Amino acid sequence: MPLELIDDPSLGSDKREGLWTLNFGPQHPATHTTLRLVLQLDGEMVIDAEPDIGFLHSGFEKLGEVLDFNQYVTIVDRMNYISPLANEIAWHHSVEKLLGIELTPRCKYIRTIFAELMRIHDHLLCTGTCVLDLGGATAFMYAFNEREAIYEICERASGQRFHTSYTRVGGLLYDVTDDWVDMVKKYCKNFPKAFRDFEGLVMKNRIFVERTRDVGVLSKEDAIAGGATGPVARASGVVRDLRRDEPYLAYDELDFDVCASQGGDCYARFQVRMMEMLESIKIIEQAIDKLPSGPIYASGTGKETIPDKREVYRSIEGLIHHFEGIMPNRQMASPKDSVYAATESPNGELGYYIVGDGSFRAYRARTRPPSLLHFSLFARMMRGCMLSDVVAVLGSINIIAAELDR
Amino acid sequence: MSTAASKHDLSRFGSEVMRFSPRQCDLMIVAGRVVMKMLPVLQRIWLQMPEPKWCISMGACACSGGVFDTYSVVQGIDRFMPVDVYVPGCPPRPEQLIKSILDLQAKIQSGGTVNAREFKLRVLPEGPSRFDEEELIRIRERNGFKLEDPKYDPVH
Amino acid sequence: MSNQPSTNKAVPGSTTQMESTKASLVAALPGIELTWSVFCSQDRVVFPAGSLMKVLQAFKAAGFDQLTDLTAVDLLEYGSASDRFEIVYCLLNVDSGLRLIAKTHLSEPDLTIPSATQVWFGADWLEREVYDMYGIIFDGHPNFKRLLLPQEFQSFPLRKDYPVKGRGERHNFPVVTRAES
Repeated sequence: MPLELIDDPSLGSDKREGLWTLNFGPQHPATHTTLRLVLQLDGEMVIDAEPDIGFLHSGFEKLGEVLDFNQYVTIVDRMNYISPLANEIAWHHSVEKLLGIELTPRCKYIRTIFAELMRIHDHLLCTGTCVLDLGGATAFMYAFNEREAIYEICERASGQRFHTSYTRVGGLLYDVTDDWVDMVKKYCKNFPKAFRDFEGLVMKNRIFVERTRDVGVLSKEDAIAGGATGPVARASGVVRDLRRDEPYLAYDELDFDVCASQGGDCYARFQVRMMEMLESIKIIEQAIDKLPSGPIYASGTGKETIPDKREVYRSIEGLIHHFEGIMPNRQMASPKDSVYAATESPNGELGYYIVGDGSFRAYRARTRPPSLLHFSLFARMMRGCMLSDVVAVLGSINIIAAELDR
Repeated sequence: MSTAASKHDLSRFGSEVMRFSPRQCDLMIVAGRVVMKMLPVLQRIWLQMPEPKWCISMGACACSGGVFDTYSVVQGIDRFMPVDVYVPGCPPRPEQLIKSILDLQAKIQSGGTVNAREFKLRVLPEGPSRFDEEELIRIRERNGFKLEDPKYDPVH
Repeated sequence: MSNQPSTNKAVPGSTTQMESTKASLVAALPGIELTWSVFCSQDRVVFPAGSLMKVLQAFKAAGFDQLTDLTAVDLLEYGSASDRFEIVYCLLNVDSGLRLIAKTHLSEPDLTIPSATQVWFGADWLEREVYDMYGIIFDGHPNFKRLLLPQEFQSFPLRKDYPVKGRGERHNFPVVTRAES
């Protein structure tokens, strides 16, 4: 950023001589998935960047109008596939708000633990792969070690290591067992040591610091007006965290700090992500100690939720209730109204705007993807940086193409 | 990604060297769904890869469109491209991907020949067209050179 | 690096704050019909599309400095609806945490409304996406073209009269065979 622009972007394109255009992607190692950038370069300096997206647009929102509230969770999973459970929690948070379902305490705590595990999951991959792109393969291996442990925790709870489809309207697919609790406790115990290794390898690495400090600066005003949320906004000094400001799940009963920084550059974004991982571990430790016993399905007044499996197999009422919950023509009606509800996903504010039309499927299921808003700010961050910084900035705002394009 | 990382470690089977330029590759792994906008890009990448080359279609979404039966998702890349090995699962476990690479190695070993007879049918050249000497002569003539000029050397 | 302690919790939709914001908005927009409603402790307002720019600027002046989301709904099969499209602006006041959902309605054939990019520049891609999916034209947008789908795509897929499986666009590609590659 400190370099001064030779070129004047306010001039028309015919007067801006000496610029050349570079096509970046859609198949490029640093984009991880598929996105394309058309860069205007003056020598090695980026004058303008025009992202071209949609290489993974698969019609998620159209599917949301076809599948019912429980079925759509399998699709939502595949949206931000590096933290799938965070999307499920966000989706069912909105659905439950529309249907007016209050969760049981145990379900709230389990979802909170998973939401925080997913935050660690996401931040590890984001930092690990960005360091890989900047030339350090070791940190990536360290990060993936920790991720594998989280995969195993997910697998123990839901039977799937990746796309878990674990949440249901008003509950969860299965209850967790005692050995799952032990696994999480063990993870919390082991994580700080692995984190220290990882942090020492990355955050004090001279090359990494030089390549990320003062690179891709996003000012506070731009962050607010451009719709940045989550770690990207907090690194620019916008101290806003939905877990604190609009508490959902069990967050109002847990004690944690909101991590923020003033720098607005790539390094600040990494710092925020690093600190958030430790805060997440703090939250998980508290939540696993407080984990209440009891049912995981909200029994509710109506038939919105599917009953607990034990009830299904042992009583005729439970079986009928389950049948009515599963059969598409027997389900409860959603109110004819719309609701917007958001959760703090690892990447930022992940919201769903749902319009109900009286059936058990959404009339309109709009996703508010944090990646889309962040990536639209990319050109602003990039102006005046060098070509080699593109990779660092892309990594620091954590663009997930499946979430970006839906 | 997890396949190549520390726990599952693809390099145990000697297949971990990733090249992100298609011109240095002999195996393309199509991971995840392919949509309308991406398919022409994918076909171009495939055409850019040098022979011999193979393709693994990884995951239900690439094999058949998977759960995404929508307007923009291609229902199986094998409708438009050759595929050697299909890996089921959404997403496949790392073990499955490793197995698919081993299967592909077995397939090549059982069907391959030393002088690559099986690729004889593929005759079209790859990448940019061959250098045309006539074109160079025409360019030089346009610029004032004469073929009869004793100093003129059409190759250099 | 600063760790902000979790103090001064902003209460979402805090009634007194919302009431004063509402009052200031009504005072700033004389003669414009604003219909307020509350559902799930969320405040919503419906305003006429004709006075869109004035209303959005008043929202911004009232402290809603972030456009969280901009989307549209096709009301073709929505029972009692009289207009075809609903444009939804989700607004947020970053300091106080107040949220407001503002809606306006549009009908065919004139699907043109002014762009919100002059008010919040974050509306840029969101408006392009709405155009991509619904064909609503935002007048005054700096770079108005499709965002997600290919530029040559003809339909607007999230409209209710467009089938989920498309109209065969996904099968319309040349085939590359082993022999020719």
